Amino acid sequence: MKEELQELYKYRGLLYMITYRDIKVRYKQSIMGFMWAVLMPILIVMAGIVVRYAYALAANVPLKTPDIASVAVKSLPWAFLVSSIRFACLSLINNNNLVTKIYFPKEIFPIAAVMASLFDLFVASGALIIFLLIIQTGWSLYLIWTPVLLLTMVLLATGIGMIVSAASLFFRDVKFIVEVLLTFGIFFTPVFFDVSMFGDKGKWLLLNPMSPILDGFSACVAHHQSPNLPWFAYSFVFAMVALLGGYVFFKHLEPAFAESI
Amino acid sequence: MSDVALRMERVYKKFRKGEVYNSLRDLLPALTGKMFRQQELSEKDKREFWALRDISFEVKRGEALGIIGHNGAGKSTILKILSRIMKPTTGSIVVNGRFSALIEVSAGFHQDLTGRENIFLNGTILGMTRREIESKLDQIIAFSGIEEFIDTPVKRYSSGMYARLGFSVAAHVDPEVLIVDEVLSVGDYVFQQKCMERMKEVTRTGTAVLFVSHNLRSIAEFCNGCLLLEHGRLVMSGSPNDVIQRYMNSGRIVGRQDESKPVVISEVRIRSQHGESVRFESGETAWIDVELTARRTCTKMAVVLFFTDESYYEVFNTSTERLGNGNFSLDPDDTFSCSFELRLNFANGSFRPVVAVYRYDTETLLDRWESATCIYVGSATDVRGAVNCFPQVVRHEVVKATAGKSKTLTAILSEGSE
Repeated sequence: MKEELQELYKYRGLLYMITYRDIKVRYKQSIMGFMWAVLMPILIVMAGIVVRYAYALAANVPLKTPDIASVAVKSLPWAFLVSSIRFACLSLINNNNLVTKIYFPKEIFPIAAVMASLFDLFVASGALIIFLLIIQTGWSLYLIWTPVLLLTMVLLATGIGMIVSAASLFFRDVKFIVEVLLTFGIFFTPVFFDVSMFGDKGKWLLLNPMSPILDGFSACVAHHQSPNLPWFAYSFVFAMVALLGGYVFFKHLEPAFAESI
Repeated sequence: MSDVALRMERVYKKFRKGEVYNSLRDLLPALTGKMFRQQELSEKDKREFWALRDISFEVKRGEALGIIGHNGAGKSTILKILSRIMKPTTGSIVVNGRFSALIEVSAGFHQDLTGRENIFLNGTILGMTRREIESKLDQIIAFSGIEEFIDTPVKRYSSGMYARLGFSVAAHVDPEVLIVDEVLSVGDYVFQQKCMERMKEVTRTGTAVLFVSHNLRSIAEFCNGCLLLEHGRLVMSGSPNDVIQRYMNSGRIVGRQDESKPVVISEVRIRSQHGESVRFESGETAWIDVELTARRTCTKMAVVLFFTDESYYEVFNTSTERLGNGNFSLDPDDTFSCSFELRLNFANGSFRPVVAVYRYDTETLLDRWESATCIYVGSATDVRGAVNCFPQVVRHEVVKATAGKSKTLTAILSEGSE
């Protein structure tokens, strides 16, 4: 495995080029260009605000600023996870001419898909920061947690991305299953709602590795608190296992890619 | 570093043909079905076949090795194994030094990016660093000859431009081991020549080249050694001329299997004055020996010899009967042999010899031997087309309108130099 990682490092220039290509092509093809990166998160944020407003009406309590900030802050990472897994899932199939013709470490494709989505996230974060300034969320030292949370999420997305990209190469219906899971995943992940709303039963929700991460974003940005550390540790371990497991799984199947695609 | 740049040792490669489960929807019922039925194992064995069997060879630095064989003989599989896209089932490969494969050179292109962006993308895919590409960018663009369109998205390129750009990038990788697969078949004549020149240049600098092509002429011109593959087996290795000759004759074996034929052409040999050959100089004398055996009684036959050009257009035709030898008849197991002597006044190019046994009065074709490949004719005088008329320029003059009288070219030249 050490050699494989060294080889991946050797090909880092290629990872950069493929990421650059993915980003460039995505923005070239769409009429709106960079708006594309912002539009989908804005839609999710707006949907979240509508849902939160409905909760507030039903519970007959006023909608507070931190709640809106919380929805906004959780929507973006969720959009990142969905788009990175979606693009990673198709990354090998869409590049089949390269997979079958030229040798290089193929994990570059799912990783580049995650990186390109990360770029989108940064663009959208610019808009988010402006939004948070407007609604006067304020700031605190707990913001230091955001890069850590972000990193955990990238590790998780890369691990899952490698698994689904390799699996979808062998089984063509994997991409449909992934699509369905990503579409309905938002109902099992605290994006529009908070874990705390479930009281004691919230711990079941936190078993979803994405939940503690999103909950952490909400805590440190919107509520100026520390994330729930034991649960964050759970997510981090889960992400590392997904990454290592995904990498081993991917490398194990890689020699058969060219024959099976 | 050792002298050997590329080595393949006892490589076997197994493929599965037929149905493979490529969706979970198919796989899950099949798995549950398998738990109840055990006989599937034997069916699985039948679906396997060996694409390569016991292939061993090596290429040294500065050497060029050609691989020829019919479609499906395993040529591309060898290249894919050497470029590490596929793993051999058993056996080992050794690649010493920086490796580059020209297998579909434009594979890394993205339609929506411009030519320039694609140079960077494809260059990195082929293993160059960004800095290297930057330093060679002008060379690459100049080699491709599409300077004007370099900032146009490649989806607007013609297929020739596309391939030229691809080859230009690949040709500038400076590898120590280079694998070339049929990439020269694209592009026009001038570009092909340019590519061959470039390949000769890299071999001179010590690069080992492995060259797969159906263009036997370029193999014979370019390679020091040649391998012949048949159904995944290495059947011959040696000098390109010998191997190509054997490959040409292998076309005949296919015809022999047909038991219904009354007459079978058992052997065709093409000779120059130095022995069997497939390369001739224009105007050189060639001998073509034909042997045939009858299975049934056949009467009034003649042996027809003709040549076609590369597009199967007939450019020459003669027969024993037309040349005044009358016709011949054979009883079962009788044999007949004849030799044609002819002067190959062909122009530069490849020509395909075809031998047939024909009965003129009933217009029946009894057997036909078609060479799998061509003979190639080289000429000192640069002539194109089918025939060589051995032209010479005996007058060459420019008439100046102002001077009102003609001057010979030499006169004009000497005036200019004064």
